[in-house]
Amino acid sequence: MKHSTRIAVGPVQFRIGSDWAGPIAALGHLYAGYPQDDTRSADATVRLFAARPWRRWLRPSVHIGGDFVVPDALPLPLSMGLLAAEMAMNLQVALGWRRHMLLHASAVARDGRALLMSGESGSGKSTLAALLGERDWRLMGDEFTLIDPASGDALAFPRAISLKNEAIAEVAARVDPARLGPLLAATPKGDIRHLIPRADAIACMHKPARPALLLFPRFGGDVAVERMGEGEAFVRLTEASTNYVALGEAGFAALTRLVRETPSFGISYPDSATGIALVEQLWAEAVK
Amino acid sequence: MPDRAYRAAPPGALRAEPLGELTAIFDRRSMQTHLVVSPMPEMLNAMDDVPCDATALTARLAAVFDLDGEGDTRAIIAERLGELAAMGLVERA
Repeated sequence: MKHSTRIAVGPVQFRIGSDWAGPIAALGHLYAGYPQDDTRSADATVRLFAARPWRRWLRPSVHIGGDFVVPDALPLPLSMGLLAAEMAMNLQVALGWRRHMLLHASAVARDGRALLMSGESGSGKSTLAALLGERDWRLMGDEFTLIDPASGDALAFPRAISLKNEAIAEVAARVDPARLGPLLAATPKGDIRHLIPRADAIACMHKPARPALLLFPRFGGDVAVERMGEGEAFVRLTEASTNYVALGEAGFAALTRLVRETPSFGISYPDSATGIALVEQLWAEAVK
Repeated sequence: MPDRAYRAAPPGALRAEPLGELTAIFDRRSMQTHLVVSPMPEMLNAMDDVPCDATALTARLAAVFDLDGEGDTRAIIAERLGELAAMGLVERA
């Protein structure tokens, strides 16, 4: 590949190659503060390549490749090269990682204990994590959380936070503009703007945290808090895990332990301020 | 309907973890996870490698649990046995 970089996010070392300089430069900005260890071998390889050699110049369009390839991955226009890089990084981790159980969940930590929030796109888990990460919480990740099958601890995957649509203005108003990436307007996922996590969150990204609270947020509607049984939490997390099946009995043991040891709630909230108040209230009860 | 006999999975083949009202069962042979509710975990616990039909299993369970409506119970146990067999958690003897 003509252009390449290496990025370490939590325990995952990425090697990213691209036919174009643009996406690599954009990643360089977002990940400038992350620890560099070029001596480590790469765990996941991501390639952004031109569909055909001449497309690199004519009508640039980015294809995603790597150790794992989804056949119908959409080519994206070059202006969205950064989004393509992010999607490709997610894909390589989601499909290839075996050392930990991977949960589609955001996470923040306080005093060495972790709050995990699992939900589909639009549930508000990423926005809540981003906003909590600007308060007195350590952001562990806005999209993926890793669970160590041996210890049961949560491990951080603090990639650049992917703010979407309304969340962009809400978060941008509170942070130093230098921590924001370019606005990627009208992507297949809507408007996207990346936020670099706070330096302290990046500095302690290798520090595990014991899960203390598990939330399944739902943005919109009246305030509601519902205690969730271990069985339902187990089912939802098997669906939220990209590698539960691949891990076999280790994944089974990790997940049963997680839902037994961690109180779980489904929460609904009409706006972020209410969501944060609910989180703080449930957290205070969980760590009492 | 004939009262079919079944036997339990070989020792160590299944790992059952109660999770509130559900029980998650990991089958080490197929690597599949099954979620079951009562009375299935109790039925599995009451079985071994000796073939056992619904009538015998109902009697075993009645000795440990307070079962009502014995006729209905046997029919339910027979149906659940068939479902456990379909999941591969018990075997036709």
